[in-house]
Amino acid sequence: MKSGSRLEKLFEQGEFVVSGEIGPPKHSNPAIIKEHAKMLKEYVDAANLTDNQTAIVRISSIASAVHVLGEELEPIIQMTVRDRNRIGIQSDLLGAASLGVKNVLCLSGDHQSFGNHPTSKNVHDLDSIQLVAALKQMRDDKQFVCGEEMKESEPQFLIGAVANPFGDPFEYRVMRLEKKINAGADFIQTQCIFDMERFERWMDMVRERGLHKKAKIVAGLMPLKSHKAARYMNKNVSGMIVPDSIIERMEKAEDPKAEGVQICVEQIQHLQKMEGIAGVHIMAVAWEEIIPTIVEKAGLYPRPKVS
Amino acid sequence: MIVAQGKSIAEVAKLIEDANKVLVVGCGGCVTVCLAGGEKEVGVLASALRMLRQKENKPLETVEVTLSRQCDPEYMDMLEKYITDDIDCVVSMACGVGVQFIAERFDKWVVPALNTKFAGGAMEHGVWGERCGLCGECVLHKTGGICPIIRCSKSILNGPCGGSQDGKCEINQDVECAWQLIYDRMKKLGQLDKLMEIEPAKDWSKSRDGGPRKVVREDVMIP
Ligand code: SF4
Ligand code: SF4
Repeated sequence: MKSGSRLEKLFEQGEFVVSGEIGPPKHSNPAIIKEHAKMLKEYVDAANLTDNQTAIVRISSIASAVHVLGEELEPIIQMTVRDRNRIGIQSDLLGAASLGVKNVLCLSGDHQSFGNHPTSKNVHDLDSIQLVAALKQMRDDKQFVCGEEMKESEPQFLIGAVANPFGDPFEYRVMRLEKKINAGADFIQTQCIFDMERFERWMDMVRERGLHKKAKIVAGLMPLKSHKAARYMNKNVSGMIVPDSIIERMEKAEDPKAEGVQICVEQIQHLQKMEGIAGVHIMAVAWEEIIPTIVEKAGLYPRPKVS
Repeated sequence: MIVAQGKSIAEVAKLIEDANKVLVVGCGGCVTVCLAGGEKEVGVLASALRMLRQKENKPLETVEVTLSRQCDPEYMDMLEKYITDDIDCVVSMACGVGVQFIAERFDKWVVPALNTKFAGGAMEHGVWGERCGLCGECVLHKTGGICPIIRCSKSILNGPCGGSQDGKCEINQDVECAWQLIYDRMKKLGQLDKLMEIEPAKDWSKSRDGGPRKVVREDVMIP
């Protein structure tokens, strides 16, 4: 066991894991985090706490994780390299570990030009692969990035990273995944999948390189609320592809929300059969309350126990 | 070269609003090449400022001079005869280095007339692009000659990020993704395997993060 987290144990048991996502609020009242945690805890095995998502200032992922822990849901903190240098990152990681956080997802973070502080200075002291390597070095070698030894209690994290099969250059996406795994990623969450065909092509390459055996690949999903949302994401969210067939299906639906859920459930059932997929990560941005329905409809409820 | 761009006439006028006589100093180096602060621009700025002040009924006297380089003490010495007591303010049309060299050398109020932008080159007539972030330890041999520090919006050394699509950077459709460029070039040169190496955390102490830098060449120093 690297971290002893619930997520790690379920991966080891060979369960098909389900994770969710909670977006912390843009103020200091944690009520909504706790509410979402209560709602999700029976339905997901762990929940991501986003780190100033889309470069908008929110309650920090670590503070949010503590609120989630209080509701007995397991947190996965997101950690971007955009806002902190290696000193800040390592300090925050020690702090997170001291508060009981066991899963960390490493990512570069959306560029600050998208957020509410476009005139800010960004950091990018490390990149996301270097962050993965830093976590591994802290955990496995008991060393800080500078090489100095940690006297005691090294943070024991399950190390996560992200992959986007829909970004370009397409062929390099798998090479980069391999780099992330070589750097120390234990599990991978992918960008939301709408273009299943492209995802399958990507997974073919993943399996060819045997990467699904070296790290747990968790497929990202996002339930759609309307065809407008689908079209908007296709056009405006960097690195996201929503095929016309899905946009049309949403457009024709009598009850678009129900159709969105249905699409998501079908995707889960499809992914369950795909070799090398260890679970799904449901990102229901501003629609967290739909996650229990999706999990139930997909036949993934109740969630397995840690043996 | 260093690429700079003129501040607006109104902005410069505001910076010198209390002066009656100004010395406008151009530079024959980079800023001449990027058409921002050479002899011609000195003439244009000086006459624009005079005209503006004429309209305001507060005439301005200008003296114009363009040094070969403002970043060299040798040329700075030549400025001595222009910095007379009746000069209220010096307007430097060099990059920030030139402004500081004048300020270091003379007890006169100096204002910048340009915004110093970046280290780059001419892409076509009238268009300059950034190419180097002056990081102090060049990695171009690892990336096929394309700088990931400054041309990737996130300075990723093990790129590309998830936002790269259709060759464009996530920040803007007008910005090329540096990592797409790096990938394409490495592929063309048959060097893709080099991109599998994990580039370790960069030593930023060689960059400005280590404080102001100095390059010393003892071999060419005059004893
Ligand atoms: S690697 Fe450093 S020195 Fe080389 S081009 Fe980029 S910023 Fe400039
Ligand atoms: S899209 Fe390309 S250039 Fe832009 S931040 Fe990502 S890797 Fe860098």
